[in-house]
Amino acid sequence: MSAIPVQAPADAQPLVRVDDLAKTFDVSPPWLNRVLERKPRALLHAVDGVSFEIERGKTMALVGESGCGKSTVARLLVGLYAPSRGNVAFDGQNVHAALARPGGRSLRRRIQMIFQDPYASLNPRWTVEAIVGEPLSEHAIVSDGAARAARVDELLQSVGLSAQDKAKYPHQFSGGQRQRISIARALATAPEFLVCDEPTSALDVSVQAQVLNIMKDLQRERGLTYLFISHNLAVVRHVSDSVGVMYLGRLVEVAAKRALFAQPRHPYTRMLLDAIPQMHATGRARTPVQGEVPNPLSPPTGCAFHPRCPHANARCSAERPRLLDIDGVRVACHAVEEGRI
Amino acid sequence: MSLLEVSHLVVDIPGRRGTLRAIDGISFSIAPGEILGVVGESGAGKSLTGAAIIGLLEPPGRVASGEILLEGKRIDNLDPRQMHHIRGKRIGAIFQDPLTSLNPLFTVGKQLTETIRAHLPVSEGEARLRAIRLLEDTGIPAAEQRIDHYPHQFSGGMRQRVVIALALAAEPTLIVADEPTTALDVSIQAQIIQLLKRLCRERGAAVMLITHDMGVIAETCDRVAVMYAGRIVEIGPVHEVIHAPAHPYTAGLMASIPDMAIERERLNQIDGAMPRLNAIPTGCAYHPRCPRAFERCHVERPELLAAGATHAACWLHDAEHGKAVQA
Repeated sequence: MSAIPVQAPADAQPLVRVDDLAKTFDVSPPWLNRVLERKPRALLHAVDGVSFEIERGKTMALVGESGCGKSTVARLLVGLYAPSRGNVAFDGQNVHAALARPGGRSLRRRIQMIFQDPYASLNPRWTVEAIVGEPLSEHAIVSDGAARAARVDELLQSVGLSAQDKAKYPHQFSGGQRQRISIARALATAPEFLVCDEPTSALDVSVQAQVLNIMKDLQRERGLTYLFISHNLAVVRHVSDSVGVMYLGRLVEVAAKRALFAQPRHPYTRMLLDAIPQMHATGRARTPVQGEVPNPLSPPTGCAFHPRCPHANARCSAERPRLLDIDGVRVACHAVEEGRI
Repeated sequence: MSLLEVSHLVVDIPGRRGTLRAIDGISFSIAPGEILGVVGESGAGKSLTGAAIIGLLEPPGRVASGEILLEGKRIDNLDPRQMHHIRGKRIGAIFQDPLTSLNPLFTVGKQLTETIRAHLPVSEGEARLRAIRLLEDTGIPAAEQRIDHYPHQFSGGMRQRVVIALALAAEPTLIVADEPTTALDVSIQAQIIQLLKRLCRERGAAVMLITHDMGVIAETCDRVAVMYAGRIVEIGPVHEVIHAPAHPYTAGLMASIPDMAIERERLNQIDGAMPRLNAIPTGCAYHPRCPRAFERCHVERPELLAAGATHAACWLHDAEHGKAVQA
């Protein structure tokens, strides 16, 4: 069984350490409307104080419903957004400070990203060779055209495509093959850490299985570390070592995979697990949790989940729960802390 | 008698470079009050099947041959005006994206009362009362106020409830639901599926539920049809199709789905991809990817054959093949 990151011994330094990370977007109406119509400034706390660690060679999954901030975390990690608060440490160095320095390229090479939509993330006017070869030239990894072509062949073969495919354009491939091209491009710089934002959500199940298998094989061969973002708990269960559950910009539970699926602690995690339609439970009657995710512009006070939570009391609506270590699992819930559930 | 009877339905899409056969001779039926799931990967033809039944095939797509019978009467050859009376009144439709299936310029109430009055002989006031009751039935809180709101004032889950209310407005006997929960989050998805199931049971409406999510099928349907490359490869009771699939494609598909109940190191993968419509293989369309294909599969197309509790379009279930294997 994999170690729980929280309990890792002090000498095993995690590859990625995220500390109190926050990102706020200003979604205020334009200045003139604010002045004339007296509309207030509006701030969207997309990610609000998220902390976790990922050990080298492991996969951490972030799950949650749309709008919970999981994709924002991914973009913060690779430096596509600058954090409003907190920091990300990669192999001991501060990512955002390092990327701002002239030598930041060497760090960028070590962190790569795979996006959700393989139809939108590949340039339709470039050949596969240009797409996969771009990072090689950009980071001066290869010296000449012949070496570049050879490396592209290798990369394509490593994701189960053939070397002849490099002369083709993205539209000549199916969704699953395109996602393999994305993976080959991400692997071009020989990264250690891959941030995968819903890499299989746009794919059919049989193709999803192909891509997930390739990702697992590559992890084993190259010792890759993944942050795997998904809303599909069955996929998360298949790929991850540890899981973080997000709700309205905050982590509500972080646990080793087995612990989370065997004994979910937070009421939101329980609700998510109960909400998945299961293949092997035909005709099962469920009691879905009522209500919907609140508007992130005006999140509920206290625990953001309290309006939908069956165990909420006065404290939950007033005081925001902190992420606490409870029996080796980190949970942000007053009811769990007090032993009520 | 079955409520809906589809026999040998063929849908063609003529184009400049020849005609594509998107649906290639499918036959199935739906009994009154039954929930039939239609599952398959993208491009398998499941949405086109639904569109053909509700008479909303997008031109140049057309029904080339075959028959669709609703309560014993053909509906595939009706002119658009006659079809207009059937659509909504006897067949309701629910689509994937609740935002695009509602008119953003009219209040929800206006759209509901219009639908009700188009099909039922009731007054404006009576229609409004019915509309409010429908919204209450679909679990929209404060329906009396919400009825005068515009679609953009509803959240995704609430909007899909409005769409369900619209589909049920004229009390149809069949609902065609095309990926009704795909655009929704899991917690909302569970609510909507349960709602759809409850309302249809209460009203005795049959449902054709088109989805790519086997989990949704397992929880909702009575029977399921598995589609591949424009054909039905297997059809049968949902429990049997999931637990004892008779067609190699169904078996491969089931094993490739990560499941909460079973932990596997590797997922089963079906190599290759579904063929494009202009390059459907001869014989069984699945044979190039099938681990159990033999000569006959390359040349002769299998029809649906009895296979245990289900029916599968696979030569493995042919009596002669069984004899040959035993001998």
